[in-house]
Amino acid sequence: MKSKVVKNATEALVGLQDGMTLVVGGFGLCGIPENCITALKELKVKGLTCVSNNAGVDDFGLGILLHSRQIKKMISSYVGENATFEKQFMSGELEVELCPQGTLAERIRAGGAGIPGFYTPTGVGTKVAEGKEVKVFDGREYILEKGIKGDFALVKAWKGDKFGNLIFRKTARNFNPMVATAGKITVAEVEELVEVGQLPPDQIHTPGIFVQKIFQGQGYEKRIEQKTVRKGS
Amino acid sequence: MPLTREQLAKRISQEVEDGFVVNLGIGIPTLVANYISPEKNVMLQSENGLLGIGPFPLENEVDADLINAGKQTVTEASGASYFSSADSFAMIRGGHVDLTVLGAMEVDEKGDIANWMVPGKMVKGMGGAMDLVAGAKRVIVAMQHTDKEGNSKLRKACTLPLTGKACVNRIVSDLGVIDVTPQGFVLLEYAPDMTPEKIMKLTEGRMTISPHCKMMTF
Repeated sequence: MKSKVVKNATEALVGLQDGMTLVVGGFGLCGIPENCITALKELKVKGLTCVSNNAGVDDFGLGILLHSRQIKKMISSYVGENATFEKQFMSGELEVELCPQGTLAERIRAGGAGIPGFYTPTGVGTKVAEGKEVKVFDGREYILEKGIKGDFALVKAWKGDKFGNLIFRKTARNFNPMVATAGKITVAEVEELVEVGQLPPDQIHTPGIFVQKIFQGQGYEKRIEQKTVRKGS
Repeated sequence: MPLTREQLAKRISQEVEDGFVVNLGIGIPTLVANYISPEKNVMLQSENGLLGIGPFPLENEVDADLINAGKQTVTEASGASYFSSADSFAMIRGGHVDLTVLGAMEVDEKGDIANWMVPGKMVKGMGGAMDLVAGAKRVIVAMQHTDKEGNSKLRKACTLPLTGKACVNRIVSDLGVIDVTPQGFVLLEYAPDMTPEKIMKLTEGRMTISPHCKMMTF
């Protein structure tokens, strides 16, 4: 079998070109593909469309690629913690499609599952519904939303094996399992890469079929946006 | 005197019933968790993929892989589970969450809510709010009754872009507890030092006073 294992993010992203659509896992800075984002900066690819729940912060996460002006369009549900984003958005330099979080999750899930569109009650009667087909089921209105697929999908997992089976950790799972299904090429970076057979089949969150390239990441910063603690007794 | 943030959160905690699964929004709604009686068996849902939010961690328990929807570090409660965002919104949109509490800039007499966008200002996004108001079994709004200039935020019709239509069940404002009914707003409780008449004057939308209207207790 042709190996899915690559050395690092740069090798994993071979073939990624200007103008492509990337679907990226993570919520805030939790569970984001840190190594791939750094490699994208070095690759200097431009005009990217990024589908990701958030846009990082000024100097971390996708904020890094906003800062270097490599992103043309973001499809996200919440982009609040990023001044670079705000500046580029207000000046019209950056195109933004805001999408309700549950709708975004389902659009990515649908895209990866071969479902071109679905009806949802979310956003009926709001700006989100503008220009979308409305259909009534059992007396309630729903709007038509479209599935999302990407040229590349970038995910971060806790453990993975050489076939691409993935296990996520705690809330770092978030969008990653759906994102993994939605790429023509899905790249998984993991904290620990093991041999096939070492992960318990019953514990796997993303089966390896969805993953085309995998590598063991390094130097994870795992930055925390809002460290909140309670006092010990 | 209008209620403080803490009093508002404390009053809303009375709305949480034993056995409920609850999603609390950012801001005052998050504070509600501090006042839910430990006798009540409640699971708090976080839309980034955790059912069973525990208290904030001790310094040595902080885990970057364990955050709530406000991106704060948290812990897991006993019986907690983790899942993907798609599963999380299956819970929310699918009507499995008993109650959501969120903030609002405006609510109107038909139960429409606006809480995500002010035209001309930086738009941060709706996050999960549109899904929550569309899917939770019960929607309670925690809000200020008036803006800084004293204009009512309980409107005849929302003027800001909507988050959801006809979805709010109850409002707990800093002045009172108000239900949204087919007949418009119904005042159920008023804050200490307020009167129903004063609240009526500070409400733009159609409001009636419940025959059982009483002073709020905490």
